[in-house]
Amino acid sequence: MTEVPPIAGTATRRAPQPAAGAVVRGGLRRGALVPYLFVGPAFVLLVVFGVVPILVAACVSVTDLDLRGLGDPATVRFIGLDNYQRLFGDAEFWSALGNTGIFIVLGVPAIIIGSLAVAIALNTSSSRFFRFLTGFYFLPAVTAVVAISLIWGYLLNGQFGLINYLLGVVGVEPVPWLSDPITAKFSVALVAVWRASGLNIVIFLAALRSILREYYEAASLDGAGEWRKIISVTVPLLRFAIFFVTVTTLIGWMQFFDEPYVLTRGGPTGATTSISLYIYQQGFQFNEFGFASAASLVLFVIIFVVTAIQLRAGRFAHE
Amino acid sequence: MSRPPSRRRGHRAPVAILLAVGALLTSFPFVWMLTTSVKPLGESRQYPPRVLPSEVSLASYQRLFEDLDFGRYLFNTIIVVLISFAGLLLMAMAGYGFAKFRFPGRGMLFALVLATMMIPLQVTMIPTYLLLNEAGLTNTLVGIALPALVSAFSVFLFRQFMLTIPDELLEAARLDGAGETRVFASIVLPLSRPILAVQAVLTFIAGWNSFLWPLIVANDEEKYTLAVGLSLLNQQLSVNPPLQMAGASLMVVPIVIIFVVFSRHIVRGFTMSGMK
Repeated sequence: MTEVPPIAGTATRRAPQPAAGAVVRGGLRRGALVPYLFVGPAFVLLVVFGVVPILVAACVSVTDLDLRGLGDPATVRFIGLDNYQRLFGDAEFWSALGNTGIFIVLGVPAIIIGSLAVAIALNTSSSRFFRFLTGFYFLPAVTAVVAISLIWGYLLNGQFGLINYLLGVVGVEPVPWLSDPITAKFSVALVAVWRASGLNIVIFLAALRSILREYYEAASLDGAGEWRKIISVTVPLLRFAIFFVTVTTLIGWMQFFDEPYVLTRGGPTGATTSISLYIYQQGFQFNEFGFASAASLVLFVIIFVVTAIQLRAGRFAHE
Repeated sequence: MSRPPSRRRGHRAPVAILLAVGALLTSFPFVWMLTTSVKPLGESRQYPPRVLPSEVSLASYQRLFEDLDFGRYLFNTIIVVLISFAGLLLMAMAGYGFAKFRFPGRGMLFALVLATMMIPLQVTMIPTYLLLNEAGLTNTLVGIALPALVSAFSVFLFRQFMLTIPDELLEAARLDGAGETRVFASIVLPLSRPILAVQAVLTFIAGWNSFLWPLIVANDEEKYTLAVGLSLLNQQLSVNPPLQMAGASLMVVPIVIIFVVFSRHIVRGFTMSGMK
């Protein structure tokens, strides 16, 4: 697969150097293959694990492929759009979609406002101490989500968790952090917000440092206070960074998996099952590969549409 | 880097205190993890809880390796990380190919590479599992590493970096009779050391932490990585917190060390991948 022959556009897009793209009678000159050999392996892997799966999912989603079908392909039947029909009639699917929506509504503003606030605070000084503090905020972003989820599971434990103990000290009744359907949504989202903020703080910091001091000086001359400067100078100038973080955070929530898997296994009673966890359960716990492929494709379409809308909106914001 | 206006100086002390408190709160779960991991079982469930253990006990770490199979999980994780490093070479090669050669179809191939960035793992996990199963790669360490071996975004970053290498340098080497492999290995790679360093650290972190692929691809305990083994400890949530926290520490501490040593590279790498 690495020796992709240049079929289309050879005539019109002939490369200027004689070595690259030159065609000799009976085949390509040796040098012409070189770029394909360099690009080939990575390209093939990206196509095999990035593009081909979408096509496979589309094909499998119209069959009843399950564990039996995996062992004996002869038993797999074409069932048309039955999987999609079943999916749209499945209350658990809608509940997972709804949970993902709730995570987005809770999580996107929390991450953006929280990270931006910390970044602005960190940017008030470029001293060694402030740079040292940045490391602390960034740490959760590089540690394993599984480990983080376990730690939080222990902190939030209803019986002997530290957090309930501390609440007890100030006279608050113990909170069923992970066992109440509504509270569990908040708990799981909280852990993810804590983890995701580090990266966004660093992105905002980089953007903040590129703002020229003159803007603030001009604002000061006009008599603007600190708050006024943040609202009228910082936030508008960070438009692009805020937009970028919004897009990536939103997509991140649509792929939300690790925290609910480890903390609650999607429970109690499916209250924290995200759409990705739903697909995982259908595919790997119930081995309904056809049905799960249909759900994967629906998620793909949703992510595609949301991204396209955001990019379009971003272009408007830029103009 | 523009310094903020000096007039803010007066506000700095309260901001610094708030930030320090926030930093302590952010890192507290890690402190709690470490101190719990060396507590005797009884103390970890005692009410009221105590932050520091009365005595340091390494029994939980011992159990991870003796009663449980964490030695094997650790070994598997290291192998998966090593395989991921092969991906680093492939990505550097692809970046070089896209940056320094003109060839028919380049624009289209590169666009396709960028397009794969839009497709998340969660969408492809089912079909990719089926593909790996077809290829006989499920339940193998290669199968765990393969789907994430190459990242489109890293290829893009390598390309951006390698665009800055002067063509004259490569041409001169070719005139001296160096073959293409030689040009790549003895000129391009050494010049790309900064981006290689950033990408190597990120590859290590991603491989070490990766969870979803090992969870899906490894069916046997023989092939579990640390992340998968650790997620299974969660079933013992109400039973043995020190054991869980010891497992978590085993995963987190190496990354913290790498983070402290390479923090400049890591932050630069993440900012790059953030701000295209």
